[in-house]
Amino acid sequence: MIPTPPMIDVQELSVSFGNGASARQVVKNVSFSVAKGETLGIVGESGCGKSTVLRSLAGLDRHWNGRINLAGTDVDKVRTRDQMLLTQMVFQDPYGSLHPRHRISRVLTEPIRAMGLGKGWDKVDAALQQVGLPVSFADRFPHQLSGGQRQRVAIARALMLQPQIILLDEPTSALDVSVQAEVLNLLADLKDERQLTYVLVSHDLGVIAHMCDRVLVMKGGVFVDALSREDLYEGRTHNDYSRMLFEASAL
Amino acid sequence: MPAPDQDLILTARNLSVRFGRLARPAVENVSFDLRAERLGIVGESGSGKSTLGRAIMRLLPSIGRASADELMFDGMPLLSTTEKQMRKLRGNRMALIMQDPRYSLNPVLPIGKQVAEAALLHLPVSKAKAYELARGMLERVRIADIERTMKLYPHQISGGMGQRVMIAMMLLAKPRMVIADEPTSALDVSVRGDVLKLLDELVRENDAGLILISHDIRMVAAFCERIMVMYKGRVVEILTSLDEAQHPYTRGLIAAMPDLHAPVHRLKILDRTAIDALEPRP
Amino acid sequence: MSAPHVSSTVAVRPRSAILSGLALVWEKLSHEPVGLIGFVFLGLLILVAALAPAIAPFDPAAQNLQAAFLPPSWAHLAGTDEFGRDILSRLIYGARITISTILSVTLIVGPIGLIIGVVSGFVGGRTDAILMRFTDIVLSFPSLILALAFAAALGAGLGTAIVAISLTSWPAIARLARAEALIVRNTDYVAAARLYGASPLRLLFLYIAPMCIPSVVVRLTLNMAGIILTAASLGFLGLGAQPPAPEWGAMISSGRKFMLDHWWVAVMPGIAILLTSLAFNLVGDTLRDLLDPRHARA
Repeated sequence: MIPTPPMIDVQELSVSFGNGASARQVVKNVSFSVAKGETLGIVGESGCGKSTVLRSLAGLDRHWNGRINLAGTDVDKVRTRDQMLLTQMVFQDPYGSLHPRHRISRVLTEPIRAMGLGKGWDKVDAALQQVGLPVSFADRFPHQLSGGQRQRVAIARALMLQPQIILLDEPTSALDVSVQAEVLNLLADLKDERQLTYVLVSHDLGVIAHMCDRVLVMKGGVFVDALSREDLYEGRTHNDYSRMLFEASAL
Repeated sequence: MPAPDQDLILTARNLSVRFGRLARPAVENVSFDLRAERLGIVGESGSGKSTLGRAIMRLLPSIGRASADELMFDGMPLLSTTEKQMRKLRGNRMALIMQDPRYSLNPVLPIGKQVAEAALLHLPVSKAKAYELARGMLERVRIADIERTMKLYPHQISGGMGQRVMIAMMLLAKPRMVIADEPTSALDVSVRGDVLKLLDELVRENDAGLILISHDIRMVAAFCERIMVMYKGRVVEILTSLDEAQHPYTRGLIAAMPDLHAPVHRLKILDRTAIDALEPRP
Repeated sequence: MSAPHVSSTVAVRPRSAILSGLALVWEKLSHEPVGLIGFVFLGLLILVAALAPAIAPFDPAAQNLQAAFLPPSWAHLAGTDEFGRDILSRLIYGARITISTILSVTLIVGPIGLIIGVVSGFVGGRTDAILMRFTDIVLSFPSLILALAFAAALGAGLGTAIVAISLTSWPAIARLARAEALIVRNTDYVAAARLYGASPLRLLFLYIAPMCIPSVVVRLTLNMAGIILTAASLGFLGLGAQPPAPEWGAMISSGRKFMLDHWWVAVMPGIAILLTSLAFNLVGDTLRDLLDPRHARA
């Protein structure tokens, strides 16, 4: 059996903001890897560095040091075109992640145009359908959609360039629980259909446990615990902090 | 007619709120009583739960109009009380705790001064006594190193500490009723429990009533004796525990939450047609 | 059979969207009666300027010394000046000068201010520092004095006045555009665009600049009132449009000598300046309410 290389492999990743004496290390020498088709969860409280890890993976943050390997190639701080095609991200705030002056059709075709792959109008209908939205939404503006509908559009946009990795930054924490359930189900379906690899960052252990195969608990810029799905369901933790987090979430 | 119930803190009969000329009221014919207990109000965004809280505090924006057959707080008809009297009631006999302490604390006043000002405003005390009360109250909400904290500004403290300061300010005057609108949603998971416990302790001490407004039905169920479920401005049912839930909306809300103890492959989603069949709305 | 039907619905959709957009603007405007007055006044002013030869009862340059200093009457609604020229006709022709000055200045200042501000805010770092220090330097000159110096150096005339006013009024626009760009630069939709490989130019012109335009337009409209006053001041000092051009400021300047005996010669152009700059302020305020949700009234 030939071991398949991991989809994401991160070694000794550190992220610091600021220079010299005022520099603040937000992420401290973390290493992890994610297999193809796996969903990794990163859970932690505000300021623990979980979003910074995700932004470094996405290529939005360029203050990192260490090694990031995506689909077998080491990526630099400035990504090449092919490396950009590998990852896309879904953001927390469905109100801020869509251009307010663009119609939905434009929002969805922008990735294709920006990559110089044509106009992409013919792909809009299919993109809307795969996230369960009616085709007629193409002519609407983001402010005419609800939060859950916008998040579906954001997911559709992330899929436009057919990436293999989707980075999810608290994708449902701004949504009602009923809408959250719909979006989480959609993400699970899309993953099965397209063999996607997810990294999901959240403060909500319930969401993480539902979605993820493996969970890393982050605190103060380092991973303090790693839990499997079985660990979560049986309430097994290996660290005081993750125990506390677990108990607080299971209120 | 039954004799007036001395324990009753708040009575609402057919309370409705309309905004402007909108056809559908944001809150429609809501009736409930509040004693010295913890009552939870849950619902999705837009269900009218926050509007209901604001209407009781008479803090609706100017285009909002509240009407009711009866809205009595501690023997006072709230809807016919003058704004001047309401100002005396708020923060004194009734208190509102909002979601994010970063926005509800005054950013240019040190913590200590802010709490003391609240004491001066609502209690007939001297300035020195007000500071003493503030110190005692901050101690009561378990703030460590009080002398240092009192000199800090709101942006220098964490969200959890800010919410505790907020609770100290609001409960200084020992109000009869506390309305907490998503008091823990902006806080980290690890401090949520503490803040809720604290709030509960202080409210019990004062023998007051607490209305906890939240979208998190499990948290409300774990914390409150009664749960009022709202959908599109109306109360669909009032429960004492989640197991009693009959209404498809309530059951849907419970099932839609991922549960650490009961893993499922797919989450249940709300069957809105079934709910709307039961709750016809324009 | 079905193909033409489909294409017609596709063609109709954008138009109905534009119409509904206009209807929305009209709906909002109808709640702002004061702003509406400003819009109507400016519309009329532009119409008057465009149709000046048809509307003006007299030739604005025709002298008739017998008819000098006639007070306002039915024949000369705003009276006549020292050369017997009809003041109303001169005001009507003067509207052309005023409007062309405003348009020229706005068309120069708007794009320059927008581009400098947006580039500065978006690129940041050293580019930002250099551009903004330069802006600060220009901003620190008193605008009328700088305009005076320019007019004196390049020779008096309407063109010089336009260049001089433009040179001093772009920094305010640039600073505003930079502040907006700084906000837009950090939004999630710009982050998403970076992720799908949008080039810096694409980000600048399709993502950031369009979001800065509404506040720039509002600011430009509010600036127009100031432009009228500066242009009139230059005209008054003899450094703007040259006689016999019926520039409003120059008209006040020549009328002030006769102020005590023949008040209308100076007062009539003064009223024109007052009303026009007031109208621009009203329109600017209303546009701010309509275009910028942060200033919207509850």
